[in-house]
Amino acid sequence: MAKKLYNDPSPLETRILSARFGLENSESLTTYLAHDGFKAFRKAREMKPEQIIEEVKTSALRGRGGAGFPTGLKWSFVPRSSPKPKYIVINADESEPGTCKDRLLMEYDPHQMIEGILIAGLALDAHKGYLYIRGEYRYLIDHMDRAIAEAYAQGYLGKNILGTGFDFDLYTHSGAGAYECGEETALLDSLEGKRGIPRMKPPFPAVAGAWASPTLLNNVETFSAIPAIIRDGGAAFAALGTPKNGGTRLLCVSGHVNKPGVYEVPLGYPMLKFIEEIAGGIPGGKKLKAVIPGGSSCPILKADECDIPMDYDSLAKIGSMLGSGGMVVMDETTDMVKVALRIMRFYAHESCGWCIPCREGTTWLRKILQRFDEGGGRHEDVALLGELSKNMLGRTFCALGDAAAMPTISIVDKFADDFEKRLARDRQMVAV
Amino acid sequence: MMTFSPQLEQKFAKMLTSYPEGKKRSAVVPMLIYAQDEVGSITSELIDEVARRCEVTPLQVDEVVGYYSMLHRNPMGKYHVQVCTNISCLLVGGMELYEHACKKLGIGHKQVAADGQFSLEEVECMGACSWAPAVEINYDFHHHVTPEKLDQLIDGLRKAQ
Repeated sequence: MAKKLYNDPSPLETRILSARFGLENSESLTTYLAHDGFKAFRKAREMKPEQIIEEVKTSALRGRGGAGFPTGLKWSFVPRSSPKPKYIVINADESEPGTCKDRLLMEYDPHQMIEGILIAGLALDAHKGYLYIRGEYRYLIDHMDRAIAEAYAQGYLGKNILGTGFDFDLYTHSGAGAYECGEETALLDSLEGKRGIPRMKPPFPAVAGAWASPTLLNNVETFSAIPAIIRDGGAAFAALGTPKNGGTRLLCVSGHVNKPGVYEVPLGYPMLKFIEEIAGGIPGGKKLKAVIPGGSSCPILKADECDIPMDYDSLAKIGSMLGSGGMVVMDETTDMVKVALRIMRFYAHESCGWCIPCREGTTWLRKILQRFDEGGGRHEDVALLGELSKNMLGRTFCALGDAAAMPTISIVDKFADDFEKRLARDRQMVAV
Repeated sequence: MMTFSPQLEQKFAKMLTSYPEGKKRSAVVPMLIYAQDEVGSITSELIDEVARRCEVTPLQVDEVVGYYSMLHRNPMGKYHVQVCTNISCLLVGGMELYEHACKKLGIGHKQVAADGQFSLEEVECMGACSWAPAVEINYDFHHHVTPEKLDQLIDGLRKAQ
């Protein structure tokens, strides 16, 4: 049966990874095979491993989990000739606030991702993969277990896949509630049965990752893009986007828009056009106030900064990030004190406690913001919030400290008025 | 020694062979969460059992329990109502929805109602941002939840008993 999608697609989308979303039984291997499924794998098995990696480099695909690192380059760091076993770990710990796309890629088209994993296996001489899915997505773990069983039953996983002599085993692995486990080295510790705490780098996971073996970690969406790249060529994928920002990506838009949803657009798609035409604009004719472009870890943008193309480099140029594709739109009525507080409550809760600047920093920032929100704000708090945040930057093992600091710095800096208004209101209350 | 349902035993048997030779410790987190669903909470007996099966010390299991927010040392309700108030949900009424849930169930964050049927938790982002506000009851997602819709869900579960 054709599946009712979580949101209606937009005619303005470029549907490459989501091409099969909404098809009848889109999650089944039969549907996948009837719609280009495993053409890329068949092609890849005739290619040399270096050619596969070269094709991924040509595609200008960048990691869709958040950091935006060039995927082909990451693959090339894994020492194929290592005598140790090589592992592939798929990061399905989607937890960045604002992000809900990997859910759809697994729910609607699990075999596309599986094919991408297998192609990576061919390229890196890896024969085992672990799909780390956040515990809250239990229905998807069950769903992926069914898809994996289906692939085994039809010879697309296991021994001698499609008579190629290539073996690959894929397993699901459940998380149990920890944002930090989306960070790749913390994820590896979690996969090894420990608390998810980030590791010192180097060595990078490509050299010593899961169980100290060479490991490739990529996001669900990154693997899901691989079949189209190999099938139609890296150059075709690259051409969809802008230079160094290849292809399309799934953007998750939420907050104050008429049509929140997940939509696939080419890299470089204009942000305002996306908000207006795809996401249906802001309800009630209200004005745009701010946008979090790619998950709550990204520095926030003021309305007058939003007239930009959405690619990694354009956002970096204005001091923010495209991140995980989780775009949060806020209208003119939004109270930025509340926004800053809610974001900091999250990071304080999720800090793993390993690095003191993050553990203490997020807790103090939360306390100051909480006091401010409850009417106990002091004029000097605004500067204090900025100063504390800046002292966290770059002083932690992983990026969670930065992820907490950066939005705070940007909110305090760009929306100081909201904080001043609160102080004025508090003074009035005292006067009355 | 504890035993679980045949389905879970089967799952665990497969799980323990999924990881490389000598790396059974890797099964600790998934085993804990699946077992918790059946046992109701992470008891000291369960910690010992997972330690035995994964060939680690009970302490190595215990330290993991405190880290993951979905693992509970005390039983939650039969229906664990998780309301997201993170940024995307906050902007479209998630906080009001959570406050409504507190009133409706007469309990607060991580509390269990007297009859043990319902428990409540204000949770962090659970990946339903574009269909906010979101609620997860046990493992079932509910999207675009209004206070009225939440009442219906809770009343429906009460009646089903």
